[in-house]
Amino acid sequence: MSLRWPRFLPKSLIGPRLRAIFRKELLAVLRDPRARLILVTPPLIQFFLFSFASTMEVTNIRIGVLDLDGGQWSREIVERIEGSPNVREVRVMRSDAALEKAIDRQDVIAVLRFGPEFSADVDAGRPAAFGAVYDGRRSNAAQIVSSYMQRIVGDVSPATPRGSAIAARLDGRGSGTTVRNWFNPNLDYIWFVMPALIAIIAAVSSIAVVSQSVARERELGTLDQLLVSPLRTHEILIGKMFPPIVVGLFNVTLFVILTPLVFGVPLTGSLPLFYLSLVFYLLALTGIGMLISVVSATQQQAFLGMFALTVPMIILSGYASPVDNMPGWLQAITWLNPPTWFLVVSEGTFLKAMPASDVLSNTWPLAVQAVLSLWAASALFRSRME
Amino acid sequence: MIDPARHPRAARFTAMMLKETRQILRDPSTFLIAFVLPVMLLFLMGYGVNLDATSTRVGMAVEDDSGAAGSLAGTFAASRYFDVVETGSVQELGDRMVAGDIRAIIVIPQQFGREVAAGGGEIQVITDGALPNTASFVAGQAEGVRATWAAQRASDHGMAVAPPIDVLSRFWFNPALASRNFLVPGAIAIVMTMIGSLLTALVVAREWERGTLEALMATPIGMGEFLLTKIVPYFALGIVSMTLCTLLAIFLFGVPFRGSVFALFAIAAVYLVPALGQGLLISSALKNQFVASQVALLTAFLPTMLLSGFVFEIASMPKLLQALTYIVPARYLIPQIQTVFLAGDDWGLFAPNMAILLGFGAVLFGLCVRSTRRRIA
Repeated sequence: MSLRWPRFLPKSLIGPRLRAIFRKELLAVLRDPRARLILVTPPLIQFFLFSFASTMEVTNIRIGVLDLDGGQWSREIVERIEGSPNVREVRVMRSDAALEKAIDRQDVIAVLRFGPEFSADVDAGRPAAFGAVYDGRRSNAAQIVSSYMQRIVGDVSPATPRGSAIAARLDGRGSGTTVRNWFNPNLDYIWFVMPALIAIIAAVSSIAVVSQSVARERELGTLDQLLVSPLRTHEILIGKMFPPIVVGLFNVTLFVILTPLVFGVPLTGSLPLFYLSLVFYLLALTGIGMLISVVSATQQQAFLGMFALTVPMIILSGYASPVDNMPGWLQAITWLNPPTWFLVVSEGTFLKAMPASDVLSNTWPLAVQAVLSLWAASALFRSRME
Repeated sequence: MIDPARHPRAARFTAMMLKETRQILRDPSTFLIAFVLPVMLLFLMGYGVNLDATSTRVGMAVEDDSGAAGSLAGTFAASRYFDVVETGSVQELGDRMVAGDIRAIIVIPQQFGREVAAGGGEIQVITDGALPNTASFVAGQAEGVRATWAAQRASDHGMAVAPPIDVLSRFWFNPALASRNFLVPGAIAIVMTMIGSLLTALVVAREWERGTLEALMATPIGMGEFLLTKIVPYFALGIVSMTLCTLLAIFLFGVPFRGSVFALFAIAAVYLVPALGQGLLISSALKNQFVASQVALLTAFLPTMLLSGFVFEIASMPKLLQALTYIVPARYLIPQIQTVFLAGDDWGLFAPNMAILLGFGAVLFGLCVRSTRRRIA
């Protein structure tokens, strides 16, 4: 494999030593075919796994019904549930014991229980109620199913005697809450997942590459050869920063193209601003990866260090759950977490047509993180050489 | 000690186990994966991941100057679900929502006071759809606050306001709907996968890489014995780490534990069989630490996070992905571990899942023996 300096860039852009080390570092990463595969395959697998697996919708629901009423209104509600596109099966229960067992065994996620007086109450215009039992072990899904049930009841209610009496009294005047969702009108979960995933894949792939860099040369003993070469320390480190940034830019660009094409996520913001922010993001990630690499004596240590750092980085990024929901002290820690900032930029660029001022206010912390981590890495590298 | 002259097999086995145990205890990476990472993961899941939006930052746009509008705005400000950080026009607040400073705008429109006087009253909620989960929670909570306010006001005026049909919802096993109660037990499943598959793959691959395993195979030890000496110490490590996590879950995070200790240990022990099988298979099939670690991440760690039903509902995934989940061992662990923590012992649910996991274990170890034989030959 041969790598040449691209013709469209003037050779005088950087000195010959830097050109040589860029070439060497890129070759070191891309030479081994198996390593090349490892660079591109996991991000692609993650792209498809995350995008299809992460859904907050609940479909193919199985619901149990214990109908002691058997009247018009309980049947009406059950029919509407059966007709819902999210429901796969309605199981008829005969007793409270069957209800209990079906929930315990997770055969159904919820059971509706209509008492014997239900339809009579509705017909008489009295407030009527039925019970719903949900499997709280899957509390998130249970809550979503519960909101589906509320919606179905809301659809049935106006047709009841009491409902039409209330409607007559309002005489066309509004009541209740109307909801509008900006940036993502149908609350498509994938619209949130894909921009977040871009921030995460960039972090995972670039840190994986850079954390191995110094550690591998140290384990193989080639670091000493590099040190006795005419290269200065900062040139060695700049050289090591080059491949992760190239890999990060490559992966992100691939995803920026695929996300609107495959998943129809709108791209409303400015790409130049996005890439400006991305460069600082990748520099901050590279600094952190470099710190791991400089501290590690072996590749195994570097791998473990990378794993121990990227897992919390992802969990605290705002992808797993909103940063707003975290306790204050943990929110303070996220200030140091590059993905937390870039996730805002990525979501903003795709969905919110984020203006320059907002992009920049989420980018300068990344610049601070980049400067601090790169400075710390080079200081440690120097001190470990002596 | 066992006398080697009388019980050569037993003595050999004990010596090997001792060697393996020492080797594990000496390695700092073991300590990191088996104790530091699990505790960190538990803390992150316990404190960091919170799917229950408790106090969402919102802006309020009150376009009506009636007493009713003021009263409702006050109710929102006092609600524990909302943190009203700003008031202003929809347009001003819209800019704040683009910046991500607020997650929703609650609008009380001009004619609200007149509508309330006639027994109605409609408000508008504009959510930040870029966070779909928060958006749908906020919409529901805003309607809840409004409905409670309307009911209170109506009963103050002596009017009955009960809706035509009411749903009396109950959430069994987790009545407060704390997401922590299912996230923390799920984290224990991830921890056992980390030790069983990731750590084992990484450490044993290093031994293959360095050739120390070939040296061992030259001794009179048999294949089964050899694999067993690798399995037992990591198995013990998995159980110890699981116990540590469970104690933290119960005593630090207050996750209820309604099952029996025996059932918990049985569930964990059975799950470690396929997890260790997978780790050993990865390490003996691939020669290289870096590749083994990446493969373990992709085939064990990621599926446990994404395809086990831990966070995302399996039934809601596309068909192809649903089919894939059947070969993810953690899929059979998650219902068991959630049940033993939140619901109690239910052997009707445990037994079939355990049988499947043991089946996986048998297949994986079979493959493992084959691939190890081939490597020696």
